[in-house]
Amino acid sequence: MRAPRGVESTEAMSAAGVSFEAVDVLLGERTVLSGLDLEVGPGETVVLLGRSGSGKSTTLRLANALLLPTRGEVRVDGTPTRHLDPIRLRRRTGYILQEIGLFPHFSVARNVALVPGLLGWDTRAIEARVTEMLELVGLDPTLGTRLPGQLSGGQRQRVGIARALAARPERLLCDEPFGALDPVTRYELQREFRALTERVETTLLFVTHDVREALFLADRIAFLADDGRLAFVGTPDAFRTSTEPRVARFRDAGL
Amino acid sequence: MELAAFLATHRAEILLRTWEHVWLVGISVLLACLVGIPTGIALSRRPRLRGPVLGGVNVIQTIPSLALLGFLIPAPWIGGLGTRPAIVALVAYALLPIVKNTFEGIRSADPAAREAGVAMGMTPNQLLWQVEIPLGLGVIMAGVRLATVIGIGVATIAAFIGAGGLGALIFRGVSMVDSRLVLAGAIPAALLALAADLGLGWLERRLSRWR
Repeated sequence: MRAPRGVESTEAMSAAGVSFEAVDVLLGERTVLSGLDLEVGPGETVVLLGRSGSGKSTTLRLANALLLPTRGEVRVDGTPTRHLDPIRLRRRTGYILQEIGLFPHFSVARNVALVPGLLGWDTRAIEARVTEMLELVGLDPTLGTRLPGQLSGGQRQRVGIARALAARPERLLCDEPFGALDPVTRYELQREFRALTERVETTLLFVTHDVREALFLADRIAFLADDGRLAFVGTPDAFRTSTEPRVARFRDAGL
Repeated sequence: MELAAFLATHRAEILLRTWEHVWLVGISVLLACLVGIPTGIALSRRPRLRGPVLGGVNVIQTIPSLALLGFLIPAPWIGGLGTRPAIVALVAYALLPIVKNTFEGIRSADPAAREAGVAMGMTPNQLLWQVEIPLGLGVIMAGVRLATVIGIGVATIAAFIGAGGLGALIFRGVSMVDSRLVLAGAIPAALLALAADLGLGWLERRLSRWR
């Protein structure tokens, strides 16, 4: 990355792993995840694939302590999330969601500046970083003064990506970020996103139900079956040729 | 024409009563905001308080205003005759729209924006002050507007316990069977309500310009 700027940026974006160890999640009476064992290595891109309701988003929410496991342990850099300060963990973890969730009353620039601001970077460093980030995601920095409502869906998701990466997070969590976009914009953003994440070297946990997207982005694919258990973990090539019946059915329906 | 001449000759008293009226409603709405807005915020944070508090302010709203003023006459300290019990009654009526709209306004923030805020590491207070309240301001203001318009109407009845205001002209007009006097109170009251509605409506739109 470039020369460090601001308070927190002395530790330039460093990758850090996430591991799930025998994780069960029960929400009320419902078992959402059951016996999840998964290790996401530093700098690795793991795509969680599965149908709606298979527990993908839940897995993601475990990684930044939006949720704690009912049983088992989720570790970030070796430390169980239940022993971490959730606020600090989240500020070091980028998050991109399908609904984007920009603050409608904040300008685009202020949205991107959110986490650096929470981390107490100084104003000049934040301004420079916002410009840098908007350029990085392919937006004209003069759009910074607009409100999110004045942008197209694709532009808004670009802002969402810029916001997630602005504070040089150690990890990036993506919850179907391109699911609501039209096919052309989605394809364009997938390509740019892959190029971008290769450059920034961050640990990436990406949720989707789109088989093509998973094959395109993943170092490894983790397939969650409907019973909340992992049915497959492996490389995209292994996924393409897997004969596990549930994997094969899902894959062939999605290709 | 005859009415216009009548109003002109009573100009001084009409102005005085209008001023009393504005003061009565203004101070009541202000007090209701000071109590109601924090209450609404608390309700958004403490689901358990919702039922009892909203139920309570709802019940107050169902008491006829004349009856409420009547109940207040024998009440110690907050009651009696004059301005004080009138303000107590007006505050009580203003609470429902202000508490309810504050609560609804805070809840109306886009769930995705709220989730993103939490996931980015905002504390509950940062989320409240930077996201939920700013996004809810328009709705909160709508509650204040409603409370003010209702208050202008209810305040005319406060003359019944000697609190002054435009109701004094109306009550006198009724007892003297002089419709000109009734109108001398009713017309300014209607105009006040209209002006408050327009002015606060404008403010409300300004506060939700991001939409």
